[in-house]
Amino acid sequence: MAYERKFKIGKPILEVNNISLSFGGVKAITDTSFNVLEHEVRAIIGPNGAGKSSMLNCINGIYKPQQGTVSFRGQQIPNITPNIMAQMGLSRTFQNLALFKRMSVLDNILVGRKLHTKTNFLEVALQLPKVKKEEKLNRERSEEIISFLEIEDIKDTPVGKLPYGLQKKVELGRALATDSTIILLDEPMAGMNVEEKRDMCRFILKVNDELGTTMVLIEHDMGVVMDISDRVVVLDYGKVIGDGTPDEVRSNQKVIDAYLGVEH
Amino acid sequence: MKPVFMTYTKKDLINLAVCMFLSVLIIPTFITTEYWYTSILIPWLCLALATIGQQIVMGYTGQLALGAAGFMAAGAFAMFNLILRVPDLGFVGSLIVSGLIAAAFGILFGLPSLKVRGIYLMVATLASQFFIIWMIDKFGWFKNYDSSGIITAQDIVIMGKPFTTPLAMYFVCLAVTTVLTLLAMNMARGSTGRNWMAVRDMDIAAESMGVSLLRTKVQAFAISAFYCGVAGALFAFCYLKSLEPVAFDIKLSFKILFMCILGGLGTINGAFIGAAFILLFPVLLNAIGNNVFHGAIDATIISSIEQVIFGGLMIIFMIYEPLGMAKLWENLKQSIRLRLSSSGNKGLKSSAQKSE
Repeated sequence: MAYERKFKIGKPILEVNNISLSFGGVKAITDTSFNVLEHEVRAIIGPNGAGKSSMLNCINGIYKPQQGTVSFRGQQIPNITPNIMAQMGLSRTFQNLALFKRMSVLDNILVGRKLHTKTNFLEVALQLPKVKKEEKLNRERSEEIISFLEIEDIKDTPVGKLPYGLQKKVELGRALATDSTIILLDEPMAGMNVEEKRDMCRFILKVNDELGTTMVLIEHDMGVVMDISDRVVVLDYGKVIGDGTPDEVRSNQKVIDAYLGVEH
Repeated sequence: MKPVFMTYTKKDLINLAVCMFLSVLIIPTFITTEYWYTSILIPWLCLALATIGQQIVMGYTGQLALGAAGFMAAGAFAMFNLILRVPDLGFVGSLIVSGLIAAAFGILFGLPSLKVRGIYLMVATLASQFFIIWMIDKFGWFKNYDSSGIITAQDIVIMGKPFTTPLAMYFVCLAVTTVLTLLAMNMARGSTGRNWMAVRDMDIAAESMGVSLLRTKVQAFAISAFYCGVAGALFAFCYLKSLEPVAFDIKLSFKILFMCILGGLGTINGAFIGAAFILLFPVLLNAIGNNVFHGAIDATIISSIEQVIFGGLMIIFMIYEPLGMAKLWENLKQSIRLRLSSSGNKGLKSSAQKSE
């Protein structure tokens, strides 16, 4: 690439080791391992039902895999819950939008500041000076994110009233507000038109470039992903069938078979 | 340009000033009949306070709980025993401690919310209603071994001064309600309220943002029970002037639930509007029965009609305006503002505001 990255791709920050997950008798993920390097854009792709979202849910602690471990910065995490992962600096978005529908855009993003809010309910009730100070800082950061995502004009609108594409943006904003070191994006471009997709790609790259945030994103549309990611892991039927740079993956015969189908 | 953050906007301060002006100066000056204080204003303030408690757990945190009256009973009997046994605490001290005791029950009965939700949680929280009343009935100690079943509440004495006239009691209720309402508003607008609403709207996402479901739900139950406990103590000491477990039965819990829903879920001012409506509506119906039909309609029929209308209104509000009367009130204010400003040729601007 022609330009110098401000944040050089570093050591593995997140490692997934031999994860197996099944629901009853259905195997969603079988013995899957891969890693994510610091400051990279890592994509997980695969056809529908390949176990991509399940993978993300395992990393984030929503699902408990029957086997395997997740390590963060070389340290194995024994009891993963979404809350613990959030505290370790991992934030995420959801495939089917999980916004706080009755709250405004600004309030949604402010919830992302939760881990930077140290005051308790009693202090909030009494509106002590330190509460006001903290709230001011959180609001300033949220406003920054809102203008970064170019959604200033809808910041007071209840999220439930917004069209799909904008909701996806707000969800990204909420994940950004956590100031996490790593963000998992579950199909950030699903259901978007070309222009919206291009916007979303721009934001993802800009965040990665300016803040050095490690991005892990899921997509089943290969085209977009190949353009923006540093490395791609391909899942099919819950197994890794390819892992490497976009070019390596593109020429991988197994991947081609999985996407195009193969004669038996 | 709007300021980035202020605790109170100018509008809030004006609203507060108007409310205080009305309640502290206008009402005591113009309302002189005792009936209004003892039968309407005092219970209104007490029940509005309990409704705020219900709002916190149901409107803000989205946990379907039904046991407000149980926590009110806990607060009322705690108050009675504290004044009886620990007189040094004083009225205000006892009131706070009663609230805390109710909050402890709130934590205990809020724990099921971690496992069950919706209608099942409602059934689980009903246990608090029945358990607390049963406990007070079962163990004579709570009622100081009084055999009559109804205990007279002690007189309210604050800093050596007795507060026994209806007007004085009204001011006691008003002071407590005002302070607790302001605190509730601060919480609801601040980070605490955002955590509650995040849990209400999408708990899994809230957890992924670092909001602890355990802590947030239990906190909401505790604060809610605190409000109900304080409201129950005031209800017993200022309104009923006696203590009996029957006064805090399931019907009262339902009444508070109705106030909460009709007033508007997730609003603080809705608690006051809902409480006023539910208290005043029967008075209005009775007045219509007496004055329009000259008593031709039997009183029992009127109270049945009341139930029918409440039920109908609940359904209508749930379908057409889940945000309740608080929202209707907002809409009314908006349309008045619109009409006023359109004559000043600012119609476009305010209609743009309305669409926000």
